[in-house]
This record gives sequence, structure tokens and C-alpha cells, in this order.
Amino acid sequence: MTQHVKLTINGRPYEADVPSRLLLVHFIREVAGLTGTHIGCDTTSCGACTVLVNGTPAKSCTLFAVQTDGANISTVEGLEQGGTLHPIQEGFYEEHGLQCGFCTPGMMMTSIAFLQENPDPTDDEIRHAISGNLCRCTGYMQIVKAVQYAARKMRDEQATPNTADSSAATATEAEVIR
Amino acid sequence: MTTDAAAIGGMGHSVKRKEDARFLRGKGRYIDDIKLPGMLYMDIVRSPYAHANIKSIDASKALALPGVLAVITGKDLDAAGLAWMPTLMSDKQMVLPVDRVVYQAQEVAAVVATERYIAADGVALVEVDYEPLPPVIDPFKALEPDAPLVRPDREAQTNHIWHWESGDKARTDQLFNEAEVTVKEHIYLPRIHVSSIETCGCVASFDKVSGKLTVYMTTQAPHAIRTVYSLVTGIQEHKIRIVSPDIGGGFGGKVPVYPGYVIASVASIQTGLPVKWIEDRSENLQADSFARDYHITAELAAKNDGTMQALRVKTLADHGAFDAAANPSKFPAGLFSIITGSYRLDAAHVEVDGVYTNKPSGGVAYRCSFRVTEAVHTIERMVDTLAQKLQRDPAAVRMQNFIQPDAFPYKSATGWEYDSGNYPAALQKAMEKIDYAGLRREQAEKRARGELMGIGISTFTEIVGAGPSHTFDILGIKMFDSCEIRVHPTGSAIVRIGVQTQGQGHETTFAQIVAEELGLPVENITVEHGDTDTAPYGLGTYASRSTPTAGAATAVAARKIRDKAKKLAGHLLEVSPDDVEWVDYHFQVKGVPGRSVTMKDIAFAAYTNFPPDLEAGLEAVDYYDPPNLTFPFGAYICVVDIDRGTGMVKIRRFVAVDDCGNIINPMIVDGQIHGGLTMGMAPALFEAITYDENGNMQQSNFMDYLLPTAMETPVWETDKTTTPSPHHPFGAKGVGESATVGAPPAIANAVVDALSHLGVTHLDIPITPWKVYQILQEHGAAES
Repeated sequence: MTQHVKLTINGRPYEADVPSRLLLVHFIREVAGLTGTHIGCDTTSCGACTVLVNGTPAKSCTLFAVQTDGANISTVEGLEQGGTLHPIQEGFYEEHGLQCGFCTPGMMMTSIAFLQENPDPTDDEIRHAISGNLCRCTGYMQIVKAVQYAARKMRDEQATPNTADSSAATATEAEVIR
Repeated sequence: MTTDAAAIGGMGHSVKRKEDARFLRGKGRYIDDIKLPGMLYMDIVRSPYAHANIKSIDASKALALPGVLAVITGKDLDAAGLAWMPTLMSDKQMVLPVDRVVYQAQEVAAVVATERYIAADGVALVEVDYEPLPPVIDPFKALEPDAPLVRPDREAQTNHIWHWESGDKARTDQLFNEAEVTVKEHIYLPRIHVSSIETCGCVASFDKVSGKLTVYMTTQAPHAIRTVYSLVTGIQEHKIRIVSPDIGGGFGGKVPVYPGYVIASVASIQTGLPVKWIEDRSENLQADSFARDYHITAELAAKNDGTMQALRVKTLADHGAFDAAANPSKFPAGLFSIITGSYRLDAAHVEVDGVYTNKPSGGVAYRCSFRVTEAVHTIERMVDTLAQKLQRDPAAVRMQNFIQPDAFPYKSATGWEYDSGNYPAALQKAMEKIDYAGLRREQAEKRARGELMGIGISTFTEIVGAGPSHTFDILGIKMFDSCEIRVHPTGSAIVRIGVQTQGQGHETTFAQIVAEELGLPVENITVEHGDTDTAPYGLGTYASRSTPTAGAATAVAARKIRDKAKKLAGHLLEVSPDDVEWVDYHFQVKGVPGRSVTMKDIAFAAYTNFPPDLEAGLEAVDYYDPPNLTFPFGAYICVVDIDRGTGMVKIRRFVAVDDCGNIINPMIVDGQIHGGLTMGMAPALFEAITYDENGNMQQSNFMDYLLPTAMETPVWETDKTTTPSPHHPFGAKGVGESATVGAPPAIANAVVDALSHLGVTHLDIPITPWKVYQILQEHGAAES
């Protein structure tokens, strides 16, 4: 059985007839071709598949695409804007918040939603917020620092609007071609 | 002319990682991201029984499902001579069974379909008629005369695989007979699972026209796999290409050849189309890459004054149904004989017996494949047991028995030659950093109030960097490693290495080695690895061997380039090469700082202006055969508080002083240690794989197998001492495993220390709240 699904991912519309049982993560990865969202456990435990559904973090391995018909989805591919990394991406880079990189997209999506609710968190609050996202490489310490880096940067940007820094060191790096 | 060392980004600089650019943007290329035109999907039928005869397999319903193209069984593979494949340990294992399964979740058949979901549907439609057989789950019972036979295919009709021993038995027994004090413990290190967040998988693609098989594979050792593939299938090695793409965590679990890789390759050859196979998490947890499972009995003999004299160890090793551990060929028990640790001992004798049971292959890896974790846990627990019996402080007993800094190179009682070390300095640093004396005072006060606080120490010695080729090989392939460097005319370079990365940051650190040696900026150096068509031959990344082996090869290859560059420098400076010296990342005429050339100038000359007696170009290859292993070490101190109401152990502080010799990138080393400590805490407190009496595996998802989250993981306090390896080209030793090896006994020792006044002398890991709560209840120390 197929159903027609219409989604917006990172501001771009996607439309397809898909099997009713198609998981959202497979829609994102295989229909939309956005492979930055990963699959780690199939049981909502690890958070590698975390995306934002209408701004709220959701584990896309246990949602059907049809359940999110009409929704606005944000994935890691939408974070960089106009060649400038999102503060959370910059934070992970500067603070060595990633090693193998597999959990990183989900970890960043969770963190972004959390920082919108709590722009000035304690380390413990960050640890609680990311406790649904497993990382096997880093031991989380540098991830906590990365989220704090992003929090500082986002607060600064909030305090001084219209000064988007397009000369950030990381933004000039050549994007690796897949 | 001076060069800004930070701009070069060589040794010792916390250069930000090159690989992050793609990972942060979701542009990594992991195995499941690879999609080839016409690609098919494969899914696997697995056994519900730990031990059963297969009476029949009926694939007709699966084959009738639209989209299902093939169902592959053991009989199909048997016809091609591929039903069995060799393991790394001179055993063989089933790719698909012909008539019998020997562990739960074993691969039984494979369904190939046009879509992922249809392949899964097909799996459910394959009807397998099993006749259950009694399984052998307990390795001790496996040795009883009437035990069911796990491997009737073998000539030796027993579940005993091999006996291995090391050390001097007569001398050890004599010291025990004469000893003033002895201690003995039974220590079980349970089966655990690496659980990298990415599971295993592959995309096999056979080109019918060229006859070439390309397999993208989650592997830590692509070259070794290519050779094994060629030997097993008879396909010429130049017609096989193994590509290890971005890997979402390895930790040793991606070293073996799993049956899925082979079946997908066969499926691609049969269909002429690319075939993708990706495990789900339950398959990964149930069937792949287990570690430990060592049942250890250890005894330590000492004098009454605390001087340690001898160590005696007997071990039963549960290897599951196939001896498919990931060890060098001559080491069935890995490097377990490092068990004498950081201590002077007059003698030691270590025995291990390997046993088959109806479980998946054990002994693969968990951020340490060569049994060093088992060894370190044993000796570090035994030192504490001795201190407890003698009512001595465990730090003092360690200080008393350490191999002293002036004793290196040190020949251990089991024959290893430790390259360098300074154990007292590391422990002293850790004790000062954590205020050991203050903690002991606090503990005494708390104990008087009935509060439970413990302090645990681990002063471990690691053994990494396999290996010298005279001793170390994998299926006969010597464990050297390699590097190839090409410097381009305009002064940038490409570096290709025989090892591979799963998050360690090789694209950055290996560029730093070359930057340091050649004085070229790190940003102008590209590192490639993992593709057997382009990378030089190497044995892969595991067991902390990349820096000691391929890292050394990289430095040596760069030095070969520098030797040639010196001749070019003489040519450009119009002096004899003998009058040129390498100073501060450039060549200058000896004693004349004003007359100099950079490596960039030289690179251009190598292609545009070279002397007639010199070949054009600027490149080099090195295959490095290390003269010895390296021996990193560390001193860890852990402080725990125990909740008397729940039995919950909370790590309050953990100080880790590591010594991995000279460091390439401090930021990356710190990250490796943080991750290693977390993977050390995990089996100490949370993780274990268990089976019921029927062989049903009891932790087949992340709700039952408990990986630490950010909530349980403490803030690690890291520090270092630096004792370079005297035989490594730039004095490095390797670090990836160290913390996972060193941390568990520090935590176990801390918990035992907290409970020692109740008479507790040992606790097996994982030390769960339930385990602790039961002890508290037994001793009337629980809070209700």
C-alpha cells in the first residue's frame, strides 16, 4: 500500500508516493537523498537518526514518513547557511566534539532544539538534554564543551544582531565532494 | 629565516581535524550512504536456536514474493566451495551452514531483493525446519566428558581448542611453596560487545565485463581482507578491490570477515548487480564482535613486607563456536602474558585453555583485541588484594614493587622487553592531582559515619604496535605497515597509508607527521587510506598500532624525501649537500642563516631544475617493520561514592595520567583518552552479554545492553607524563586502547575499597547496583 507524502526538508519541498510503512529516516535518506541522518539502533535508543520535526527533535527511525505528512523537517544538511557554519557545527569543530562522526548529526540536531529552549545551560543540563543520543567515541566531555561554545555564540548573535560573521575560519574550508 | 611552527602544524600541535569538514555537514560517506546503479539489497535469515540440525530449508514462498530475486543457502555456497571460510586463528567458520547451526542468530540463508523492505519480507517467508540439539553454554561444562560436541567437523572430538602457556612454571611453583604470603581470586571478565554506533555492512559490486569485484566494507583492515578473499575464492588479487569508506566506529569489531560480506559478494557475482547488506542493531549485538569472556584464577606470592615475587594464573577462555578471535597467528591468547604489568616479579606462569561453546565467536575485540585488558584487570586487582591482606595502602604497595625507571629496557618474567617507562612519576603525579592523602582522610571520616566511599588505583602497562615481523603475523602476512608520500611541484603533498581510520583522525595526524618532517604546512597535505587500489599494503588499524607502525613508516618515508631534498638544496644553493643543514623546517648553508631554501622551493626544483645525476620527482615509500612493540602506561585514580539505598556506584572523580610517549596532536590524544575511559567504565559498571541455559542471548538491543550516556559519564581529569619510546622514529607509543585497558580495575578497586571494611575482597564486573545492594544487605549495611 502506498500513500502520497508531502514534506518540507530544510526549506525544500519533497513529494512522493511511498509505502505506508516507509520510515521517515528512509524517506530522508533514500527518497530525498540526504544521507547525513544516520541509523544506529532501529529502536529509538541511540539518537543517530534525530531530526527536527516542526522544530522538535524526533528519532526518525521510529516514525513513519506518512506520520509527518505536511511537516517541516530539519536535518544536518540544512545547518550551514550561505557558506557559514551554524554555531553548533562550529562548536563541534572547535572543541573536538566528534571522532567517527556517525552520531554527530543527531547530536547536533538535539542540541540545537535544546539551546532554543535553554540558551544559557549548565553542563549538567546539557548532559541531560543529550542523554538520548549515544556516542561511543568521545566520552561526551568535548560534546558538552561544543554545546557550550554554540550557546555562547548564539547568545552573542542574539545580543548583537546583523553582525553575522561570514569570515569564520571553518566556513572557508573546501567542502569535500562526495 | 625562521618558520612559524604553528603554521606548519607539526608534532605537538592541537591542529583541528581535517575530516570534520564533511562530518559536520552530513557529507560523510558511510557504508549505508553508498548507492550504486541497479543495486540490490540483501537480508539474512538467522537461527532461533543455539544448536540444531537443519532438516530442510524451503525458500519457495520467499521466491514467490515479487521483488525477491534469490535465496542463498549453505548448500549453494558449498557447491562453490565457500560454505566455510578460514578464521584468523587457524580455525574455520561457517559462512552459511549446510546442515547444522551452532549459535543463536547464526546466518542460515540470505534473501536478495530489489528493495530493502522486500528483502526483509523475504526473510520472514523462508521456512527452515530445525531439529533442536542440546547446547553447551557453560565453558566449564563444555569440558565434561559427556558434553555435547560443538564442532564434530574437527578431527579432535572435544570442545577443548588449545592450551597455551607462558613463563617459568617450576620457578613459579617453587616461589609459591616458599612464599610468606599468598592471595588468590577468581576473576570473571564477562563477554562484552563494542557496539560502534554504525553497525557492519557492505556493498559488493562485481563487474562482469572486467571480472573485477569491488567491495565497500566496514573493515578496519582492507588489505588483509583482499588477500584472504583472493586466497579463499581463487579470484586474482588485482581483480579484487576492498574499500573501507568512512567508518562509524570500529574498536576492533570491524576487523573480522563476517559471513554477510562473503554472501553479499557471492550474490553480486551471481546477479551481476551491486548488492548491499546492512546489519540492524539486534543482528550486530547478537552475532558480531564479542570480547573478553575469560574465567581467570589468579594467585600472587609475596613477602610479608609486601615485596611481590610470583604470579600464577589459570584461565578458561570461552571462544564460542569458532575460534575467530582477532589475534596475531602465534598468539592464541593474544598478549595476555603482559599480565606481570608494571611490577618486578621473580617469576610468573600463565596458562589459558580455549574452549568451544554454542555462542558466537568470542575474543574479537572491545577497544583492545589482544587480551591486554584481561591481563591488566587481573594484575591490578591482585595487587589490591595483596595490599588488603597485608593491610597496606595500595599506592604504597605499588610504589614498592614498580619496575624502576633506570631498569629499562626491562625483560619481564614472561619474556617481553619493555621499551621505556617511569611508573613512580606517573603515580606520584596522579596522587598529587587528586590529593590522595586528603581523600584517604575523608574516607576515614565518612566510614566512621557509615558512608561508603572508595578510592581505586590502576597503574597499568600496555603493549601495542604489533609488530616485529619475526613474531607477529596475521595468516602469515607479517605485521609491518606502510606509507607512500608524493610531494607535488608546488609544495603540497599526498600521503597514502596502510592503516585506516574509524574516528582516530588519521587524515590530520598523519599529515602532521609529514608537516613536521618536511616543513610543509599541514593544510597542504592530503592523507588517503582505506582503498586497496591506491593505498600501500598494510595490516590495518586496531590494537593501537597505527602510530607505532604506519606512523613510523610515515616519518621514515618523509626522511627519505628529506635526504633527496638535501641534494636538491645543495644544487639550488650551489654548495655540496654536505654543507647543507636542516634547521627550523628549511635547509640552509651550514652557519649561514641567510642562505636557505624551503621545501616548497625544493619541490619545484625536483620537477623543473634538478641536477643531471638525480632522478626527477620527490616521493618515497616505506614499509616499516618495528624492532619491538611499544609499552604505553598510565596511573589512574578513581573515587566512588556508593548509595546505600540503591547500591548505585557514582564516580565522583577520575584522574588519568597517561604516558604514550611523544604526542602528535594533544587534542586528539585527549579525545582518545576520554573515549577510552568511557569504554573502560562501561564494562566496569554497566555492560555484559549473557545467555540463558538454552543459549538465548539476553541483550539484543540498547534497552538491555546499556551503553553509557552523558548522564553516567563523569568529567574525566586527564594529565600526562612523557617517556618517549627509544626505538620509534619520533618516540611515540600509541594511545587508543590505553584508557579502556586501564580504567576498569581502577573502578573495580574503588568499589572493593569502599566495601573492604565489610570483608569484601573482590567483585566481578559489571558492578551493577543490584550486585552492590545485595552485598550491602548481606552485611546489614543497606539503607532501607
